[in-house]
Amino acid sequence: MTGTVAVGSSDVKSIAQPVAANRALSGPRVNGRVVVMTLYLLFLMLPIYWLVNMSLKTNTEITSGLTLWPQEITFDNYIRIFTDESWYSGYINSLTYVLINTVLSIAFALPAAYAFSRYRFLGDKHLFFWLLTNRMAPPAVFALPFFNLYSAIGLFDTPWAVALAHCLFNVPLAVWILEGFMSGVPREIDETAAIDGYSFPRFFVKIFMPLIASGVGVAAFFCFMFSWVELLLARTLTSVNAKPIAATMTRTVSAAGMDWGLLAAAGVLTIVPGALVIWFVRNYIAKGFALGRV
Amino acid sequence: MTKTVNNKAWFFVLPVFAIVAFSAVLPLMTVVNYSVQDTFGNNQFFWNGIGWFQELLDPSSQLGERFFDSLWRTLLFSAIILLIEVPLGIAVALAMPREGWTVALCLVLMALPLLIPWNVVGTIWQVFARGDIGLLGWIVNHLGIDYNYTGDPLDAWITIVVMDVWHWTSLIALLCYAGLKSIPDAYYQAARIDGASRWAVFRIIQLPKMRRVLLIAVLLRFMDSFMIYTEPFVLTGGGPGNATTFLSIDLVKLALGQFDLGKAAAMSLVYNLIILAICWVFYTVMTNVDAQRERIEA
Repeated sequence: MTGTVAVGSSDVKSIAQPVAANRALSGPRVNGRVVVMTLYLLFLMLPIYWLVNMSLKTNTEITSGLTLWPQEITFDNYIRIFTDESWYSGYINSLTYVLINTVLSIAFALPAAYAFSRYRFLGDKHLFFWLLTNRMAPPAVFALPFFNLYSAIGLFDTPWAVALAHCLFNVPLAVWILEGFMSGVPREIDETAAIDGYSFPRFFVKIFMPLIASGVGVAAFFCFMFSWVELLLARTLTSVNAKPIAATMTRTVSAAGMDWGLLAAAGVLTIVPGALVIWFVRNYIAKGFALGRV
Repeated sequence: MTKTVNNKAWFFVLPVFAIVAFSAVLPLMTVVNYSVQDTFGNNQFFWNGIGWFQELLDPSSQLGERFFDSLWRTLLFSAIILLIEVPLGIAVALAMPREGWTVALCLVLMALPLLIPWNVVGTIWQVFARGDIGLLGWIVNHLGIDYNYTGDPLDAWITIVVMDVWHWTSLIALLCYAGLKSIPDAYYQAARIDGASRWAVFRIIQLPKMRRVLLIAVLLRFMDSFMIYTEPFVLTGGGPGNATTFLSIDLVKLALGQFDLGKAAAMSLVYNLIILAICWVFYTVMTNVDAQRERIEA
């Protein structure tokens, strides 16, 4: 396989000229691709733009008529969220359980992924399939039993309940992603380290972990993301103290009507964490969403 | 890479096994427990055998009718979005720029909807599709089309489908793009020398290379659309009437709204079994495709 790729890329260099000329000649096709891409990106960005647009308007402007951009930009909606404790505590609660979950998932998944990538053992295929089914299990099925379980052990309405509940789909995800990265590290490294007298824990931390650092980063990002976007379990397992931001957002409906500007601002702020790190994982997005199977 | 057989590897897997068993098997046992009992409140439970399952799977009973209605609704939804998202995703992947800074830009912009919390996705479309303050609803209404997603079942369906296409088509596109990237340039050059048409290149070179990623894409999209909850719940709340009450929404209504534990538990188990069966079929096909590929490459 690698042979074909190498031949392919050297071929490209030798006939890059005619290929480029060909592309320039077949102008209409290139334009067709640009048109499809532009339209698609426009379709993706418009609703997001609308949310940002609304978050910078006053409620009077929102309800009095349609304006394509804010006539008078106001940051009042954001200021209210950052100064009102009932609002910003939602973000803190969400971040708390998401971070606990990410750390737990990675810590549990690391040794398991190593086992799957290096050894065959009794029932390994079945176990791998079982992990997959948990990624596919509908949260709606688990909402009620989780509610009972975490109430019974006294964790209800704490970040720990949500963090543990999200392990249901994040631990399998982390195992699958890490396994993919670990399989890319040649076995010989393990063996050489053993010959050099490294104990296994020292080898794992000193030599192996740096080699799969990007894999750990990608797995952590996706654990963070999937825990951040989930609402059903997070809402079911909390009431007051650990209420996630997503649940707080439903409060914008009041007797005075809907506070659209505030709702939009809260929505924009939930997009920010994803938007901030997306650049660093852009080449791994497909891998992460496909459980490392690409 | 050949792996050595070593059953001690189980010690490495044990923590994962323990935590997933704690959060998957334990709750499922509770569900099984509820599904065979009836309660009249006060935490008093009575043995009910397979009564709930009989009622659930009997379309003439009230519960059965409700269950099958939401099941067909969910299946119809999955079918519609797959029919739209798969071809659209492939088209977008083919339209991706091949090199330069635009590649990274397209990747980042395309991935953005995937990283938005699901209730915010619902909120975005709830606002965007409104006739008074939303751009989409306003434009459609001003084109003279009567459109109101909170009142008309068809409009509600269209809005949810468009929302899902907006939310998830990028996933299929990104997966297909990953598959396309693995095709060596030599293949295209050979095709050009042979004078292959654009369609032939797609059929014979690109589609086979995308088969594996497409399989994963279809699996993920089918599963996630089959258990969709948050987005339609925020957008329509399952309405108007029951028009957009999908299985998950119905189940949560039954379990946490009405606290009909026995019925909800029976429904959960049947729901889970359907998912398990479909998952197994996909997994078998996927491992077969993998094995086939390894044989060809060996």
